[in-house]
Amino acid sequence: MAGAASGELTGGAGRRVAAARLARLGEWIPWVVIVGLGAWAAIALTDQFVIGVIVGSLYALSAVGLTLIYGIARVSHFAQGDAMMLFAYLAFFVMTGTVAGIGSADATLPLSLDLLPGASEKLWRFSFGYGLILAVIAAALLAVPILLAIDRVVYQPLQRRGASTAIVAVASLGVAITMRGAMLLIWGPGGRRYAKGIRDTVDLPGLPRIVADQLFIIGMAAVLAAATYLLLYRTRLGTAMRATADNPDLARASGIDTAATRRWTWAIGGALTAVAGCLLALQSQLSPELGFVLLLPIFAAAILGGIGSPHGAFIGGLIVGIIGEVTVGAGIVAPGYKLAVTFVVLILVILRWPNGLFGARS
Amino acid sequence: MSAVVAAPPALAAEGITSGYSETPVVRDVSLAVARGEIVTIIGPNGAGKSTLLKTIFGFLRARTGRVRVDGADVTGLPPERLVRRGLAFVPQTDNIFASLSVRENLAMGGFTREDGVEARTEWVLQVFPVLADRLGERAGRLSGGQRQTLALARALMLEPSILLLDEPSASLSPVMVESVFANIVEINRRGTAVLMIEQNARQALAISHRGYVLTNGQNRLEGPAAELLASDEVRRLYLGE
Repeated sequence: MAGAASGELTGGAGRRVAAARLARLGEWIPWVVIVGLGAWAAIALTDQFVIGVIVGSLYALSAVGLTLIYGIARVSHFAQGDAMMLFAYLAFFVMTGTVAGIGSADATLPLSLDLLPGASEKLWRFSFGYGLILAVIAAALLAVPILLAIDRVVYQPLQRRGASTAIVAVASLGVAITMRGAMLLIWGPGGRRYAKGIRDTVDLPGLPRIVADQLFIIGMAAVLAAATYLLLYRTRLGTAMRATADNPDLARASGIDTAATRRWTWAIGGALTAVAGCLLALQSQLSPELGFVLLLPIFAAAILGGIGSPHGAFIGGLIVGIIGEVTVGAGIVAPGYKLAVTFVVLILVILRWPNGLFGARS
Repeated sequence: MSAVVAAPPALAAEGITSGYSETPVVRDVSLAVARGEIVTIIGPNGAGKSTLLKTIFGFLRARTGRVRVDGADVTGLPPERLVRRGLAFVPQTDNIFASLSVRENLAMGGFTREDGVEARTEWVLQVFPVLADRLGERAGRLSGGQRQTLALARALMLEPSILLLDEPSASLSPVMVESVFANIVEINRRGTAVLMIEQNARQALAISHRGYVLTNGQNRLEGPAAELLASDEVRRLYLGE
């Protein structure tokens, strides 16, 4: 009898071990599916895959900013898409000095980066000169005080009075609408581009022909992603940022000035947002309406990766970008459904893992 | 004829009244912790023990009363400033950075240190060798007892003179409770005063020098731990005898 009992026990333990193994296997299934589909797309639909990586890397940068702001400042920042566009317009303004005039003609200020000697002469095969690079840096620097001011005037007072996250999110929607209004007022409703004329292409071995500007975009995105990673995981400030996102009270109890950490988060998140916006405008165009269109895939990316997780947001951005381009490119859906496919994938993922791919597993 | 001036207590709370809403949870409570002492606050649930500790550590603003560290008035200073005055606090729950590695938890514990983080980490690992093999592991993966050990280790990174502990033995197995109390004695032996709240009144008082009994947010009894353990009232009401 004792033997039977112990046999049962072993059987139960065996089943538990097997169940645990199966659960661990289950953890890997989405990754096998994601990497498998990605590899298939990269081979069968290389052109669309490359575009997906480009667009996705920009979603990724912005989503990292969004997820940091959510994690540390506890703001669901619905103004993220419009902020990207606004900062892209600021770069345009600094570079060209152009604002919309009364009537149809533009007014151009006598002061701009393009007036510097050779600033608009094309670099390598890019469509732009060093003026744009300076303008992007200027936009990233301008983004910092703008977002710090908005945090101080709008979000912090609300949070101090105990406003819920929903109230703060709605306030950020108000900020988004204000930003869009400012863009419409200053630069008009029409689309604009950083550079006019034909875009040069480059041939890379084993890859489809690619516009030179797109190489610049991917390179910048990769450099910024690496820099952000090093900052978050290899510096004292970055660790303090992650600690504050993880447990704000314990961060204070450890002597971390969480108010300063919050300011750093807006600064870093804002700079990332600005560069992502400028690069996106370089890839497509400047348009006041584009910001809101961007908001959905960026939120999808951050949620897919697990809101609050920077590397999750980055991978989420790439996945969202690639899914959108590849499903349309493969003729699976009409272009109008690009975002719908992304959201179907998002819903499937969060039905199984409510905290996203890299979120906390309860 | 030289006047003998007694050294001020390491930590003193004087007439603290505080709470979350209109009605205060803690009313006119005073206590003191001398250098090198272990002091335990016991009392029934809802007596305001936790509220008192959070007020002392600056998470809550005292409506009246003062908090002094080594005689200096620190009333109203936020936690991030108090840690620079030698206070450290271990909350009852959520007392580690679960998504950070054990090493990063210790580094954050020593966040305000100008230097000596490495040396202090070595010291802490010597006191808690169980953490030494787990430095690279995510703190959220540690067992309950190891988490509590890490929580203590994090708080010790700044070499505090007073350690505040909110129910350090809560939700631990009896074996782990013993080990946590042994850790507290060891920390105290190395020179840190301890002020703790405990449900586990008997064991906590057994390692303490003095104790306070709080009921309904007010001071009820205080005295040497051994006397409290022997008092009829304490035995009846709080030790279940």
